[in-house]
Amino acid sequence: MAIFVFIFFVVLVIGLSLYLGNRAKTSSGYYAAGGNIHWGVNGIAFAGDYLSAASFLGICGLIATVGYDGFLYSIGYLAGWVVALFVVAEPLKRLGKYTFTDAVDANYNSRGIKLAAAISTLVISICYLIPQMVGAGVLVEPLLGIPYAWGVVMVGAIVITIVATAGMASTTYVQFLKGFLLIIFSTVLVGAVLIRGISTQPDQGGKVPFYTYSQLPATKTGDQIAVSEPGWNVLEQHVASNGMEFAKLEQDGIESWWKVAENAGAITLIETQSVVMKADGKWINGAPASETNQLRQVGNLEKISGEENVITGSLSFIKFLSVMTDKDTSVMTFKTTGFTDENNQKVTIYYPEIVSGDRIMRPGLKFKVEGTFLERLDFVSLMLALFLGTASLPHILIRYYTVPSPSSARKSTIVAIGAIGFFYILTLFMGLGAMVNAVLNPADSNMAAPLLARSFGELLFAIISAIAFATVLGTVSGLIVAASGAVAHDLMDRYFKITMDDRQKVKAGKISAFAIGGIAILLGILFKGMNVSFLVGLAFAVAASANLPSIIMLLFWKKTTAQGIFASIFVGIVASLTLIAFSPELYTLYGLNPLDAPVPLSNPGIISIPLSFITLVVVSLLTQKEKKVEV
Amino acid sequence: MLHEPAAPKDRDPSGNYKMRLGIWMFTFYALFYASFVAINLLNPAGMGTIVFAGLNLATVYGFALIIVALIEALVYDWLCRKKEASYKNAGQAETKDKQNEPINTGKG
Repeated sequence: MAIFVFIFFVVLVIGLSLYLGNRAKTSSGYYAAGGNIHWGVNGIAFAGDYLSAASFLGICGLIATVGYDGFLYSIGYLAGWVVALFVVAEPLKRLGKYTFTDAVDANYNSRGIKLAAAISTLVISICYLIPQMVGAGVLVEPLLGIPYAWGVVMVGAIVITIVATAGMASTTYVQFLKGFLLIIFSTVLVGAVLIRGISTQPDQGGKVPFYTYSQLPATKTGDQIAVSEPGWNVLEQHVASNGMEFAKLEQDGIESWWKVAENAGAITLIETQSVVMKADGKWINGAPASETNQLRQVGNLEKISGEENVITGSLSFIKFLSVMTDKDTSVMTFKTTGFTDENNQKVTIYYPEIVSGDRIMRPGLKFKVEGTFLERLDFVSLMLALFLGTASLPHILIRYYTVPSPSSARKSTIVAIGAIGFFYILTLFMGLGAMVNAVLNPADSNMAAPLLARSFGELLFAIISAIAFATVLGTVSGLIVAASGAVAHDLMDRYFKITMDDRQKVKAGKISAFAIGGIAILLGILFKGMNVSFLVGLAFAVAASANLPSIIMLLFWKKTTAQGIFASIFVGIVASLTLIAFSPELYTLYGLNPLDAPVPLSNPGIISIPLSFITLVVVSLLTQKEKKVEV
Repeated sequence: MLHEPAAPKDRDPSGNYKMRLGIWMFTFYALFYASFVAINLLNPAGMGTIVFAGLNLATVYGFALIIVALIEALVYDWLCRKKEASYKNAGQAETKDKQNEPINTGKG
């Protein structure tokens, strides 16, 4: 079923691209869909562009694992559209032709601006492409049963076909279709969650028996733990890097890892899930990994408003949220840690942790709003980047050139705000639904929404997965159009002044699309395993640092010079990328201790955005006499 | 060669009005958003306060940020369209006046 629906969607989008192929014979057709898309279609296509893998897979996954903190991304992503509508939409449409570079260079005709803006578009597009490709691989792996890397390659190949056949025309209609279906079926999924209601022993509608994690009483003599019940042997004890203690037990020849919990002197061992990399392959929960022996799906309510063994039945959306917010509601979430055991085998543990509902439903589980000054600053930095990043994303900005007039640009932005805002409200219900319906894969939060859909049947799973896949296809197509425009239009045509007729310009765009698609595939494979929403947050920070100061100052400060814009874009890119490269999150990716990272912030926006603004102001003031002279 | 714009650069008589309106509406929303961030930092526990039908401040404020963005967008569009229409009508009236003006034949 899933494969059939998936193939149907792929054939549909490729067929659409081939049908629209004759619209991409000219530069205007290829880069801007001829500039005659209706504002309503463009508005939903905006939603399609914007509601990427990060929004659908990443945010739902984050809400499912850290609660309200994941919803902060929804709020920030939507708020960014306010900047796009009130500040950027109409002036940008009036200034530009095909690309972001056209708009910032419109009053200057500066080679420096062309170079800087084109590089900025490329860097941001690639930063944004990485999470989309990661999302694609994660999605295709369970859907089609093919390895992650092949999933990424397949997505890359399909997207290159879409872009190379019909450029912005096919991208727009794929986005429109996908944006529309995503909102409709997400609504259906939320409706299904509310009609089912919640239970302390969720069983996916009777399909998967509820699993209760065992607890064993134990004693501790010195550091040595002993299980009080007969038949259990303690083989090994280990303290993980997060300070938690774990014990390896054996019963009837089966080994398992248990969390050691101490409460008022009493020791309790709590069952966990584990993955051990042995010489003969991967072992899961004490047995070799196989098609039938995988990590168990997790996430359930321990108590609903203080009561155990409850099935609520259908709930209104307010009742659902109020039950989740109740301080007497408790949720079993799963955390992860890892270490190397005494046999030099890599062990990954997924252990349960009970969190109260009122804690889940307010910020603090991921973002340390009650933490140190730097942790709070990191939170402000993220919220700033999300707010300012939207209006700086190249694949969003180029969509302003597909409509016929500035007022159409404004109207399509309003349609986008309505559609995107509604979808982001749905993310809270989908994320929380996944959190409490025992559907989560403890090793990968990105699949929360499709797995939630599967608990309602294979058909909904197939549709939601196919739409999620189309989500990736659409966003990647938009990004590749933006990046190929930067290479073929901004760099080759405008910066290097390579003489090309219109057909050659389109051909250059298509060849660029192939090259950028190839790079996206490689990066998607390299960044496997990172949360896609986090990665997109970083892309927003780079976009806000590199592009926004130029756009804002160009529109509102008459003393802005070409040199100021050039310097600001480069400082924005270099500062944000450097801060990210030396951040704790990237140190974790490198396999280094995050505490050794020289930059204590994971989100660079609070430093790099003001720095880029200051650079523009200072350089512009220093170059007033040379204003409007080429860099 | 300059990067020519996608749309013809017709002068938009309502452009200044729309820009000023946009900045005011942006400022209002930016303050609303900044207050949300500030409450999270200065009184994070306060975000857990139940304010409506069992929902806490975090949820209500979060939804409000999304809904207010849409309401502001609709108000902005309405005001922009009103202004554009008033300039359009004024322009049409001016053209009509010019057409109805008696032709000076110079015969006094």
